[in-house]
Amino acid sequence: MNITEILFWLLTAVALGGALLVVTSKNPVYSVLALIATFFALSGHYILLNAQFLAVVNLIVYAGAIMVLFLFVIMLMNLNTETEPQKNKWLKLAGTIAGGCFLLVLVAALRDADSKSTMALVGSGDTGLIQNLGKALFNEYVIPFEISSVLFLSAMVGAVVLGKK
Amino acid sequence: MPINLYIFLALALFSIGVIGVLTRRNAIIIFMCIELMLNAVNLLLVAFSKMHLADSMAAGAAPTLTNGVDAQLFVFFIMVVAAAEVTVGLAIIVMMYRNIHSVDVNFLNRLKN
Repeated sequence: MNITEILFWLLTAVALGGALLVVTSKNPVYSVLALIATFFALSGHYILLNAQFLAVVNLIVYAGAIMVLFLFVIMLMNLNTETEPQKNKWLKLAGTIAGGCFLLVLVAALRDADSKSTMALVGSGDTGLIQNLGKALFNEYVIPFEISSVLFLSAMVGAVVLGKK
Repeated sequence: MPINLYIFLALALFSIGVIGVLTRRNAIIIFMCIELMLNAVNLLLVAFSKMHLADSMAAGAAPTLTNGVDAQLFVFFIMVVAAAEVTVGLAIIVMMYRNIHSVDVNFLNRLKN
């Protein structure tokens, strides 16, 4: 078992544990903190796959901006364990069984999937470096990039309009 | 690493997100579970991008630098759309909290009054 495998399993354990904590914890603030841990683990996975640009963007955008926004809204509303609405336990059980069946079906369907290659390249390959991604982004994908700026503008206008009501 | 492990990890994260959406009533937690599902898909896209790079190297072709760039740019655009989605969604949740003083989605089951 080399260092790459150890890191892979460690990051997987952190990601899955964080995701389970998001779903199970009663206090919404703990959910946000667990989700931040999950995003850090996923960034570690991106670094392991040598997708350095995406790892940094994931940290800045998700763990930085979006999760702080969530935490800000939760603290603004003063949500805690007492105000947390609970479903009755039969609905919870039914939801868990439904999600588990979903996982079971997908794993069974994709276990023997016929992919072209069975290994993902770890720790090498220049694809994820910022130079190559930047060249592709500003040559082939320059129009979607500009359109996404319009999307941001409309999202900003929408958030301001909704907030002023 | 074998691609199967990444597929199973992404499926597990996605299913945990689905379970969260089905079992919770807090609108913000449901929103966070949607983010979890988006991130599972992102991880799978990056893993497949590296799988295609390994594949083209194994085929003996000269490994051009553009193999697998598309998938990683898809992930970048998914993150952009997710950021825009979160701003509007949280604005809607704040407005809902101001109107009904709760984030319980069961109060919104009729979408009128």
